[in-house]
Amino acid sequence: MSLEMINIVMRRQLYSYFATPVAYVFIVMFLVLAGVFSFYLGNFFEKGQADLSAFFNFHPWLYLFFMPAIAMGLWSSERQLGTIELLMTLPIGHGNVVLGKFLAAWLFAALALLLTFPIWITVSYLGDPDHGVIVAGYVGSWLMAGGFLAIGSCMSACTKNQIVAFLLTVVVSFIFMVSGVPMVLEAFFWAPQWLLDFIVGLSFLIRFDAIARGVLDVRDVLYFCMQIALWLYLTGLMLKRNQAQ
Amino acid sequence: MIHVQNLCKHFDDVFAVENLNFSVAEGEVLGFLGPNGAGKSTTMKIISGFLAPSEGCVSVCGFDVTKETHSVQQLMGYLPEGAPAYGEMTVRAFLDFIAQVRGFKGPQKEQRLQAVIEQVQLQSVMGQVIDTLSKGFVRRVGIAQAIMHDPKVLILDEPTDGLDPNQKHQVRELIKGLAKDKIVIISTHILEEVSAVCSRALIIDKGKLILDGKPSELEKQSRYHNAISLNLVDEIPDAQAMLQALDGIEAVEQVNERLFTLFPRQGAMLLPQVVRWLDKKAWQVENLHVEKGRLEDVFRQVTSAKQKARA
Repeated sequence: MSLEMINIVMRRQLYSYFATPVAYVFIVMFLVLAGVFSFYLGNFFEKGQADLSAFFNFHPWLYLFFMPAIAMGLWSSERQLGTIELLMTLPIGHGNVVLGKFLAAWLFAALALLLTFPIWITVSYLGDPDHGVIVAGYVGSWLMAGGFLAIGSCMSACTKNQIVAFLLTVVVSFIFMVSGVPMVLEAFFWAPQWLLDFIVGLSFLIRFDAIARGVLDVRDVLYFCMQIALWLYLTGLMLKRNQAQ
Repeated sequence: MIHVQNLCKHFDDVFAVENLNFSVAEGEVLGFLGPNGAGKSTTMKIISGFLAPSEGCVSVCGFDVTKETHSVQQLMGYLPEGAPAYGEMTVRAFLDFIAQVRGFKGPQKEQRLQAVIEQVQLQSVMGQVIDTLSKGFVRRVGIAQAIMHDPKVLILDEPTDGLDPNQKHQVRELIKGLAKDKIVIISTHILEEVSAVCSRALIIDKGKLILDGKPSELEKQSRYHNAISLNLVDEIPDAQAMLQALDGIEAVEQVNERLFTLFPRQGAMLLPQVVRWLDKKAWQVENLHVEKGRLEDVFRQVTSAKQKARA
């Protein structure tokens, strides 16, 4: 593990993100949709509450499509274009490459998230919100974005095709999102309680729900960190497997 | 030294490399020859640490490629097949990235970048996005990337593919200039290149090593080795038959009306006799020389013989 190498890889990846207009279009789309969701679907004004729950509640659904789009090219485009061969034969080390690329994607997500700040200003202007809750919401949202991106990184390492990587990520993320909703749990009526608890525990939605309400529980933070660690580890394994093939 | 021992690589049930053994010493420029799909690129990918071998081992300067990949990669400059580079980056940004990965910093980095850029003559395109470059420039960016840290071991997969004759010449000069105390492996299917830059050539086919030797030694295996090429000024009827009747001549091939190739019997050196004979006959000669042998001929001979044997 070398911070310097991680930093070099990360900066190169960010360069690629912003080398084309795609990144800017992406951020604008994200901001517009985040606004549309909070104001129209979340009834931000009608609620009459000085908080951002209307805004945060839709993040999992926004991320379900936006995060796979950020992550889909991380590895698959490198494999498609052959640059993976260059990257993996430079003395960087697998771990450093995996982390550097992931951090670039995560920072990109952070930037998109930070640019939603006008809604924070809006709610502060209109009322007197609990800023601690909002900060917790942002941190939690960013952590969850990391979870989605780590899944995306692993899926991207599985295939040469970006579209396939995107779809795989959406599917896997969706499974993790909805695992705790009643409809899914009812399908597991036969399962013992510990398994049900486990399935509920895996749910992005339920974990994030608490965070969006301002409860930044250590266990939830740990959960998203472990998700990230697990999927990045699996990314490393996928790269090893690709090397053997 | 690079040691390749019992190297095998199969993809599912296709054998790409089968039991390959060879070593390369410092100062050698090894030319890797073979038809498309012979396993050249696969072998190079394994030496560079990109692919893991199915069996066997490769060591580079005492480091095992599979176990000490990092150390090997620090010693090595590698140009992958097709010279991949990040197309959305400018040449400067891309080479800067490589220099950073190679551990250069500050003024030392600038110095090194400058030197490499001059060596492969990229000054005019430094600010351009790689995707917009011609094939020749992309290839040179790839070479610049590979020689950035003045590596002890240089592996170039088809370094002159897509270059024009001037650029080819330049790259060959560059390789020759590098080679003093380094190990260079290049793959190519351009045979003149092997005679031009390589001190040793390996021919592989279907993943197996078929021939190993100096280009001049390999040329000797050609049936054109010591053959006499004769170009007459005028067309002479029955020339072929008359030449055929000469003592010590095994066969005469007529290339066109006035051009003949004379194949001597095993090991015979016939030039003086032929010259005297031509003088006596008073035939006007435009050109007469002894051939060194043709690598292309050897290449075709050994690679197609294998195919026939398999069929």
